[in-house]
Amino acid sequence: MTLGLSHNAQWVLLSTLILGTAAGIIGCFAYWKRQSLMSDALSHAALPGVIIGFAILGVKNLPVMIAGAAASALFGALIIHWIRSSSRVKEDAAMGIILSVFFGFGVMLLTFVNRMAGANQSGLDSFIFGQAASMVSKDVWLMSGLALLVLFIAIVAFKEWKLFLFDAAFAKGLGLSSRWMNSLYMFCLVLVIVIGIQAVGVILMAALLITPAVSARYWTNSFKWMMVLSALFGGGAGVIGTLLSAYGKGWPTGPFIVIAAASLFVFSLALGIRKGLLVIGIQQYRQRRQLNQPSVQNLHLPERGGSG
Amino acid sequence: MLPVLSVEGLSASYRKNKVLDNVVFDVEPGTMTSIVGPNGAGKSTLLKVILELHPRLAGKVAFFGSPYPKVKSRIGYVPQRGSVDWDFPTNALDVVMMGLYGKIGWLKWPKRSHREKAMEALAEMGMADYASRQISQLSGGQQQRVFLARALVMDADLYFLDEPLAGVDAATERAIMATLNLLKSRGRTVLVVHHDLQTVEDYFDHVLLLNRSVIAHGPTEEIFNESNIYRTYGGTLRWRGARSG
Repeated sequence: MTLGLSHNAQWVLLSTLILGTAAGIIGCFAYWKRQSLMSDALSHAALPGVIIGFAILGVKNLPVMIAGAAASALFGALIIHWIRSSSRVKEDAAMGIILSVFFGFGVMLLTFVNRMAGANQSGLDSFIFGQAASMVSKDVWLMSGLALLVLFIAIVAFKEWKLFLFDAAFAKGLGLSSRWMNSLYMFCLVLVIVIGIQAVGVILMAALLITPAVSARYWTNSFKWMMVLSALFGGGAGVIGTLLSAYGKGWPTGPFIVIAAASLFVFSLALGIRKGLLVIGIQQYRQRRQLNQPSVQNLHLPERGGSG
Repeated sequence: MLPVLSVEGLSASYRKNKVLDNVVFDVEPGTMTSIVGPNGAGKSTLLKVILELHPRLAGKVAFFGSPYPKVKSRIGYVPQRGSVDWDFPTNALDVVMMGLYGKIGWLKWPKRSHREKAMEALAEMGMADYASRQISQLSGGQQQRVFLARALVMDADLYFLDEPLAGVDAATERAIMATLNLLKSRGRTVLVVHHDLQTVEDYFDHVLLLNRSVIAHGPTEEIFNESNIYRTYGGTLRWRGARSG
């Protein structure tokens, strides 16, 4: 199946599939750590690092820019943590500050760097809204490799992640260090963000982390299946978005990926078999009908005995 | 005999408030102790500091004569029910299995024998029919029993329970006390943060009266009297003796 795509575009498609899968899984972790917004703050905070990475070398070199993005995102995380623990400012406010300041700083740097010779052709702008088509095969390999690493960490330690996310204090009692797991989580989250920003862009990267997990929640009551579904939704959104943008000339990928993910969310919200709107509506309708048909039994006998 | 738990000069604070001040006590093996005191007396904090879940300012804690990290696997902890998000997508059996993760080994998958062990613990708590029930659909009492079953499978020598009887129904209270008594009869040691003064004498053979530091500690019949309780609670108490009056 070639879908009328060039050889390069097919590889790009594969890499956004793997990226979306990894983002879906790490998004599940972020969801249960109540850190969905944190992923948004971190992806915005990655922008200055990308630009500085470019400015240092003067050419587009993805490993260096990814390293810069990671450093700058982690620096942002550090400041958020510091603001929260050493001042009266709450975490959401701290994230709001870091998100906008880092992004503003990044755009400012971008304006300067774009005046440098050859910078206009570098495709730096694509890091804001994402441009999967601008990736060359080396980028594709790097991105896929790192995404597979994240997938591996998530699957191999599935049992540990579940315990850590459900009850970190109990996990610690069993010898599973919270500090270690938190660091590993942060490592995976930042890794997914920095490898995703070229394809999806810093502004919209968080949507690929948050939306699949939220959608998956409407379909299952098992953590394993939530991870699997979130991975499928993320991967699906990555592929659909990349395909759509590939059919236009120079269309940004990020918005299409996000719209694909959001469509899956609306679908899940309406039809999801757990807490989906349709299911809840039917349940309420049935209950109301039962109440409206009074019988002697319903009035006098409780439905079931025993302790609740 | 070597005490199961030995706490020496333990102090801890939350932000600027010192909530524990020079706490000293020893716990003998095979005893069932209730930790009793007013709100904000530091009961839960005491457990958390002992189990290294909250930093201590000063003091020493020894379990079976060893520091905590060496004997982790011999200690079972049942946190307050409200400490986790019960909306987490998992079922009762799965939560009980978590108590076995240390035995299963890190990065390894549970086997059928582990599953059977977890089922046994659920059955012991009268929860066998609820094994595959989503934890968000359990009542408060049932959630508490799941937590206790998770501690049971650990097969620990020393158990810490944080308010296990708070807000549970009568059936759960009976099931939990039966289990704790069973543990005691097997020579295990149990410490329970408890809030109901009326039941202390019926349920526990030892009492630790706590209000930032230890007010009194010892066998219930010797310690649990009006003057000690008054010293613990100050003027805030309205209590008419459970057995005497």
